[in-house]
Amino acid sequence: MNRLFGLSTRGVLVVVPAAFIVAFFLYPIATILWRGLGGGGGEIFLNLAASSRQRDIAWFTIWQAIASTLLTLAVGIPAASVVARLSARRQRLIRALVTVPFVLPTVVVAGAFTEVFAVAGLDDGAFRLRHTVWAVLIAHVFFNYAVVVRAVGSYWAGLDQRVEEAARVLGANSWQTFREVTLPRLQPAVTSAAAIVFLFSFTSFGVVLILGGPRRATIETEIYRQAVTRVDLETAAALAALQLLAVLALVILSTRLERHRPIVGRGARSSRRPATPAWCWGNLIIGLVLLGGPIGVLVERSFSTGGGYAFDHYEALGERARQLPAPATTALWNSVVFAVAATALAVLVGLLASLVVVHGRRGIARIFDLGLTLPLGTSAVTIGFGMLIALNEPPLDLRTNWWIIPIAHALVGVPFVVRTMVPVLRSIDPALHEAAAVLGASPVRARREIDVPIGMRGLLVGAGFAFAVSLGEFGATSFLPRRPENLTAPIALFRLLTTPGDLLRGQAMALSVVLMVLVATAVLVIESGRRDDEGVL
Amino acid sequence: MLALRGVEVRFGDLRAVADTDLDLAAGEMLALVGPSGCGKSTLLRAIAGLEPLVTGTISLDGDDISAAAPEARPFGLMFQDHALFPHRDVGRNVEFGLRMNEVAPVARRERVGELLELVGLAGYERRAVTTLSGGEAQRVALARALAPAPRVLLLDEPLGSLDRHLRDRLIDELPGVLEATGTAAIHVTHDHDEAFALGDRVGVMHDGRLHQTDRPAEVWAAPRSLVVARILGHTNVIEGPAGIEVWRSDAAVIDPMGDVEATVDRVHFRGVGHDVRLRTADGAGLRFVLPAAPAVGSTVRLRIDPERVIRFD
Repeated sequence: MNRLFGLSTRGVLVVVPAAFIVAFFLYPIATILWRGLGGGGGEIFLNLAASSRQRDIAWFTIWQAIASTLLTLAVGIPAASVVARLSARRQRLIRALVTVPFVLPTVVVAGAFTEVFAVAGLDDGAFRLRHTVWAVLIAHVFFNYAVVVRAVGSYWAGLDQRVEEAARVLGANSWQTFREVTLPRLQPAVTSAAAIVFLFSFTSFGVVLILGGPRRATIETEIYRQAVTRVDLETAAALAALQLLAVLALVILSTRLERHRPIVGRGARSSRRPATPAWCWGNLIIGLVLLGGPIGVLVERSFSTGGGYAFDHYEALGERARQLPAPATTALWNSVVFAVAATALAVLVGLLASLVVVHGRRGIARIFDLGLTLPLGTSAVTIGFGMLIALNEPPLDLRTNWWIIPIAHALVGVPFVVRTMVPVLRSIDPALHEAAAVLGASPVRARREIDVPIGMRGLLVGAGFAFAVSLGEFGATSFLPRRPENLTAPIALFRLLTTPGDLLRGQAMALSVVLMVLVATAVLVIESGRRDDEGVL
Repeated sequence: MLALRGVEVRFGDLRAVADTDLDLAAGEMLALVGPSGCGKSTLLRAIAGLEPLVTGTISLDGDDISAAAPEARPFGLMFQDHALFPHRDVGRNVEFGLRMNEVAPVARRERVGELLELVGLAGYERRAVTTLSGGEAQRVALARALAPAPRVLLLDEPLGSLDRHLRDRLIDELPGVLEATGTAAIHVTHDHDEAFALGDRVGVMHDGRLHQTDRPAEVWAAPRSLVVARILGHTNVIEGPAGIEVWRSDAAVIDPMGDVEATVDRVHFRGVGHDVRLRTADGAGLRFVLPAAPAVGSTVRLRIDPERVIRFD
């Protein structure tokens, strides 16, 4: 890095992101581990293991995540096969569209599914979906469809079609060709997509809390119940420690798997015949029903006044409901301000960290790479809970500080910035700098002329994600101090959704639509500036 | 044995292959030559069943197989860049077609060993295909294509990605391997020398149509049109009062009594003989293979052997 930056800049590059991660992530995590496993926590941890309720919760957390992953793959891989055969432009369009559900606030989606069940009459009776495992699984498929379609679809599009043709000519029918030739070659993309889906489902919070109903609990919702409802911080810490260890094991396992990925020939893309119309339409319909259905119902309900359609529910957002400390419009405004602050923080920290990951000395770069990905694997609940129990005394007492929410949101956003920036920075061919130097540019000038314009696009994508994530953030925020000026739109939405009453429901739907439009706009704007090969996140 | 009648393949509005008839006898090697984009690879893929026909029929021993799926046709196909299965070792690549045809495991192993020996890679069964050199990969692809004993082997520029030395070696070996297995073959190439070296017959394609199919010596000596002559490497096109003449590159000898006067532009040493470029007084370029090299810049007189001149009306 010496060649690229002066000594003092190098110090800032490393220190700022490192300090941020240590103070607001590692320190709270260490506090959880200390209180959950060490001291008196060890005993609680053992009690936890002995409790059959907690064992059931742990088991349910695992199996619902496995089921969610398998279901998502079953629905997503066929869709990916269609996407892989589309023209590059259509692929981009589909990828942008499926990304909208992926970043929608969990509370919005959970509310939408609740409405879908009500509208479709699946609230009760033989085909009841409300408050069942199925509701949770379907919502997880809704969210993670994009992960599989994007990761597997673009990988698939890059595979050399002639290998499949060779198999056909050698006597394999299309199913045999898929099973014996395509699937093994897709394996790296399928494995990494599956790992991400599993992780997201394993740490899913809002969906389980709202759709699973009061009797269904995962480790994640149980942490919330113990910490917020029962104020048993020790048990919550023990659970969070368990969750952390599980996630860590998972991340290590998946990186192991990735390192052992087979070498896969990725030749020039040959022209490929489009999929059969029936296959295309089938997948399109599934995608539309799965992704469009809940969104459509949400929009419809937000305008429905019982007798007809009007803006009544939207107008009601300006008045304070009894369940809320402030009007929903205030919550929306708070959310936008928090999102701007969180995005600024995430971009600053993420950009500096990306530079270290790409240009830093190998050891430091690897530590940064890992350290900055950890918050992505850590559940939002763990982050919020950690900040709740760690940042409550000097020198870091932030409980009453306005910044605690943007900081929590930025922690969730930083990995997105790093994940989008690093590939972009890595893709800059060193030959470009050499070319610029030969053409007479000083190193600094070369950097400004080459890295800044190229990196800007990645930065915008990361910023857009950080913004969207902050707008919809629920898990971490739900642990942070509840004061009127801290009320965010997702928190307000959660309260509206969990209070019975048709009037509030209408308001909840209207608030959901506004949030959804904000998030979708952010995503579609960034997707339009994205390149084809920038991975899952 | 294999017969194509009125075959047409389209990509949207583009007629990639049009109105093509073709016959292939058992054990015969047909070389299809043409510039890139002429439709020769598409024709091959249509025969394999990878491109659907718009019109026309493909029949094998009198049975119409035009609508059969690729896996139902008893053909083998070799791609330019091998298209080996990267996740299977050499043995399991070669074995694939046998397994799809439900050959028993013991017989499969035997056949794999047999074929690897035939292509000169005995004992390579457990090697990862990613560790193979280009030439080895191409031999594995050949063994894999031949393993299920296809009636016809379709070769899509299989030697295009190899260096010259390896190409020459495989050109030497390929006919022997095909003969040993009794396989008929259609070999697609853009290199007329390769086509002449390998084909029992040579078919010349241009703009999606098969212009001429004949024995190598015949197509070279008597191309049916100027287009065919150019594809086969004839460059000396002379427009005279009696129509268009093509002087073969072996048609000239230096002779002070010759009729044609030309200045020597460039001389390339080609081992056997010299590739000599000349220019006539009226500016026409000529190119001949001559046994001795004239000095560059000198003016020579050439005698043209009328037996080696191709005439078009």
